[in-house]
Amino acid sequence: MSAAPKHAPTMAQMSLAERLAPYAPILLVIGLVIAGFVAIPATSSWLTLTVSGLAMGMMIFIMASGLTLVFGLMDVINFGHGAFVSVGAFVGVSLLLLLEHMTGAPNLLWNLTALMVAIVGAMAATGLMGYAFERVIVKPVYGHHLKQILVTMGGLIVVEQLIIVLWGPEEIYITRPESLKGAITFAGAALEKYRLVAVAIGLVVFLAMRYTLRRTKIGLIVRAGVENGEMVQALGYNLRMVFIGVFVAGSALAGLGGVLWGLYQEVITAHMGNQTMILVFIVVIIGGLGSVEGCFIGALMVGLMQNYVAFLEPKAALISNIALMVAILMWRPMGMIPVVKAK
Amino acid sequence: MLKTLVSGDTPRSPFLLAILIVILICLAFAPFLFPGVRSVDTAARICIFIVLVASYDLLLGYGGIVSFAHTMFFGLGAYGVALANTHMGRGFDALLVGSVAGAGLAALLALVIGLFSLRVRAIFFAMITLAVASAVAVLVSQLSTLTGGEDGLSFKIPRALGPAFKFMDGELFGVKANGKLLKYYLVFISCFVLFLLMLRVVNSPFGRVLQAIRENDFRAEAIGYRVVHYRVAATCLSAAIAALAGALYAVWLRYVGPDTTLSMEIMIDILLMVVIGGMGTMYGAVIGATLFVLAQNYLQNVLSLAGESVSSLPLLPDLLNADRWLLWLGVLFILSVYFFPTGIVGRLRGK
Repeated sequence: MSAAPKHAPTMAQMSLAERLAPYAPILLVIGLVIAGFVAIPATSSWLTLTVSGLAMGMMIFIMASGLTLVFGLMDVINFGHGAFVSVGAFVGVSLLLLLEHMTGAPNLLWNLTALMVAIVGAMAATGLMGYAFERVIVKPVYGHHLKQILVTMGGLIVVEQLIIVLWGPEEIYITRPESLKGAITFAGAALEKYRLVAVAIGLVVFLAMRYTLRRTKIGLIVRAGVENGEMVQALGYNLRMVFIGVFVAGSALAGLGGVLWGLYQEVITAHMGNQTMILVFIVVIIGGLGSVEGCFIGALMVGLMQNYVAFLEPKAALISNIALMVAILMWRPMGMIPVVKAK
Repeated sequence: MLKTLVSGDTPRSPFLLAILIVILICLAFAPFLFPGVRSVDTAARICIFIVLVASYDLLLGYGGIVSFAHTMFFGLGAYGVALANTHMGRGFDALLVGSVAGAGLAALLALVIGLFSLRVRAIFFAMITLAVASAVAVLVSQLSTLTGGEDGLSFKIPRALGPAFKFMDGELFGVKANGKLLKYYLVFISCFVLFLLMLRVVNSPFGRVLQAIRENDFRAEAIGYRVVHYRVAATCLSAAIAALAGALYAVWLRYVGPDTTLSMEIMIDILLMVVIGGMGTMYGAVIGATLFVLAQNYLQNVLSLAGESVSSLPLLPDLLNADRWLLWLGVLFILSVYFFPTGIVGRLRGK
């Protein structure tokens, strides 16, 4: 009988690549910024583009976050999400036009108050609409992807047409509040004030969302629901109610995104929601369907990529995002931060 | 013999059979039954959309895959013909080269998209096709030196298909025997053949496997069918046929542009036609496309009449405005997905 082999564990540190792997998505964003710095000749224009890329990314994130959470939680894919963006933009812009005396005055406080009123109004409207949409359109087709896609697409058509009925078929032009016009100069680069505000709002939304999901009980239930819904229900939580809450919150966020996007473009149309959905879908796919962090990182990458490429080679801007999506899917087929499902 | 022609997939309902025969006769003799530029144009549009919608049904109804890139493939065929005719000069060889190249490119693109998205999750396919299709639409309108941009391309088709060409003297049953008549029959016969071909495909063992995958992909994989291969093959086939339909559409209009071939509106029209006609049956495409194209041309008149009759009430006139017909079709679409998932054909067959 031979003796047992000697106990000789090797204590090796994980290789650098292994330790960095969890941070790969965020490193990719930084890498993209550095690549932009190398590719773009003038530092000042690089800075301008980076800020506008971040602003665009934040707005896309705000619109996409609801979609990705709704999918993660209930396996519902909402192709009508763009309808909330459009409605949010129309309600918000109408409120801003009503508050013209506040937006026209060169007073930052008044301008921001008007913007807040518009945002709150738009979010309330789209939140309510989200509730109705969930009850009427989505509820009868749970667990059936094909029907979900078709029905929510039908909902999008109807809502777009209703917007045209209520607001007329013409596009509406809107000017930004007085003190958010123009740009400030920083290190030789012109940074549009409005974009800085958009970045700030986006960051606040992301941090608030992260806090809610990670530090509160409701967030715990939502995260558990994403991972294993049946188990959460077995523990006695009414996941249906949680889901409706998430759907309403996601719709309200889409409305917020709509207001911000409308002011960013300075023109709104009934089809704007569906147009932004193209970027939103790219973002949720590369981020990993159901993952809020992935969605955030994906949105930043898409925003930066779009702005850098539009500066270097204008015609390739949209194609570059498709290429980005293809590259990421080759690397991680389920998206950058795949959501693990216990199913 | 007839049964072989439709690959054993008979309408299985006397009423449906009657409707189909009426549609076939109307389309086959359209230039003689309904002389007039507009009605012949409507008939040709119906023929082409039947093929386009049937090829989409191959994907949606039989494969259970939602694609939003069908107009992209349709457009590839149309632009293929347009570009070939512009650069090779007018002639049947250019038509042939253009349509074959368009169909080949469409199948290749479908292969690439399919391999990327269907491998992971079928639901990705819907989103990725939406993104790619809109990127291509933007690209086509930007590359104006090649594609004519937003204005599109007008081109010359072979002289034998133009109104100036006379293949016999005088008139044929009261219709001028010119190239326009030949062009209609080129479109009609090509569409008829393509439709029978698709009927053959869906009733072949390949079609049965597709339906099995639609019903339960997990089980189909367990039985030993490579689900991804079948799905990708269906995507490529459907893309190639859509491109051929696009080529016919370009020949018919002698023009291609982003609005007539690539726009999201057409994609939504196709979806409406498939669902209203009936998913998962080729005859649904016939009924859906016919009804829809007729409605598109004539429902607006009805709506404007209805709008006038309630013009004294608030909001209602706006809702019944002739331009808002898509609103009512959208509502009809949602209701039909809920209550008649098998569409008109499914109802008639009593399922």
